[in-house]
Amino acid sequence: MNATSTLETTGVEPVVSIQGLGKTYAGGFTALRDVSLDIRQGEIFALLGPNGAGKTTLISIVCGIVTAGAGRVTVAGHDITTGYRATRSAIGLVPQELTTDAFETVWATVSFSRGLFGLPPNPTHIEQTLRSLSLWDKRNSRIMELSGGMKRRVMIAKALSHEPQVLFLDEPTAGVDVELRRDMWALVHKLRESGVTIILTTHYIDEAEEMADRIGVIRKGELILAEEKTALMAKLGQRQLVVQLQEPLDALPKALNDWDLARSDDGLRLVYSFDANDEHTGIPGLLRRLDELHIAYKDLQSKQSSLEEIFVGLVKEQEAT
Amino acid sequence: MKGFNKHGVLAIYKFEMARAKRTLWQSLVTPVITTSLYFVVFGAAIGARMQEVGGVPYGAFIVPGLIMLSLFTESLSNASFGIYFPKFTGTIYEILSAPVSAFEIVLAYVGAAATKSLILGLIILATASLFVPLQMAHPGWMLAFLLLTAVTFSLFGFIIGIWAQSFEQLQFVPMLIVTPLTFLGGAFYSIDMLPAAWRTFSLFNPVVYLISGFRWSFYGQGDVPVAISLAFTLAFFLICVALVWWIFKTGYRLKT
Repeated sequence: MNATSTLETTGVEPVVSIQGLGKTYAGGFTALRDVSLDIRQGEIFALLGPNGAGKTTLISIVCGIVTAGAGRVTVAGHDITTGYRATRSAIGLVPQELTTDAFETVWATVSFSRGLFGLPPNPTHIEQTLRSLSLWDKRNSRIMELSGGMKRRVMIAKALSHEPQVLFLDEPTAGVDVELRRDMWALVHKLRESGVTIILTTHYIDEAEEMADRIGVIRKGELILAEEKTALMAKLGQRQLVVQLQEPLDALPKALNDWDLARSDDGLRLVYSFDANDEHTGIPGLLRRLDELHIAYKDLQSKQSSLEEIFVGLVKEQEAT
Repeated sequence: MKGFNKHGVLAIYKFEMARAKRTLWQSLVTPVITTSLYFVVFGAAIGARMQEVGGVPYGAFIVPGLIMLSLFTESLSNASFGIYFPKFTGTIYEILSAPVSAFEIVLAYVGAAATKSLILGLIILATASLFVPLQMAHPGWMLAFLLLTAVTFSLFGFIIGIWAQSFEQLQFVPMLIVTPLTFLGGAFYSIDMLPAAWRTFSLFNPVVYLISGFRWSFYGQGDVPVAISLAFTLAFFLICVALVWWIFKTGYRLKT
């Protein structure tokens, strides 16, 4: 399966359009295979995938750091090769690694980035950016004096210094504490409200679940899925009914074989998985059968599959094919 | 910014110049002290006991060679370090993802390295004038040779910085190739002073032509005709330009 996600049917001009993108490195490793993906203006798109799936290569090609082997990419309507000035001016990149000039001050390095991207000095904008990232008090500090979390904020400030239309966040919260993670999420939402399109890669499924409008899953260089988050969860999400038993059950009776049931190790819980979209969930029949078998229960809970469970399921499904 | 990213070039140039300010001792003071010591040893101590070379006192004779020695070393080290360090730390991602062309990147890095070398060369010249009587037969050509050599060796340093994959490799060319060639290239003597066989052998040393041309601009005489020196310097410059063009065209050790 190789999913494509284009906006042809909607008539909306994508801010980033990737068509048939491929990349094989000099050593022979194929990082991307025929990836096609459209990103809409103003959305938050989360790209999920295991290590080495091709997420960073994809971002690096769009940003101009890695050369594409095949395919075409446009950003804001410009080709990344022939119109590289326009595309790169429109993009802000926060890379995965904390790569900063250790001896520079926060103010100097953020101002440097703005100039590098072709804009004249604008102290007001730099100040606003630093304040929004709680970096204003550290503006005269050398980067080497900052904590890891603060350095991550500096990386974001540098990426925002030239007021980009599209922001790439490659593993933005890798290795940061919970508080900073929450701050980052809030910042991302704020940026989106200001019209910035955000494309993020993450290992944290809850991050994608919390922030993304759409989710893409990439594995072994192939985009295997790109869907609206809510639609994805509704389509692929399973619900589970957890039955808390009064007495432990040694084994599942054969009379319950019609239901997809799992017994906990202590025998005190039965977990029934069912399709949330199915008209007939099978729950009334299951409960009747438990009564007939004199299996007493004291509590019932139901829950939706998390995105993580969906992701793991998808990746496993791909591995099996 | 349509045709030329002026702010981008200035950002890199200023960044590189600011680095020199932070490392003022390493960038300027150390070479000046080292060169002054050369003048004390070769100019005052030993030079006083040596014969004139082509009618020029020995202390004054070595000035162009010493300036060139510093110019080579500093141009190479400034330009190579300038581009190697972002590669080493990973901050090169920002340069590669910015709307700056290959020409603008080279202009900024090489321009900054050449500026620093030129300043250093002029400071050494001023320092030399304190130790030895200097004459300048062709000041315009002196500045032209100074500029051309600074730019050419900064380009060469830029190439080394892209090629190098370790600090050891970064030092390899300046220490093991350029410095010996400079010492054997007539910095401290005229190749006419060598036996015939060694003189012929020296003509294969490209540095001979650079030092000879520069010395001509001071004293109106060199080991080889000035036109050949100039042609050689220009040829070296064009080779470096071609190599840099190829690096950006292929993405050699910059892009995967």
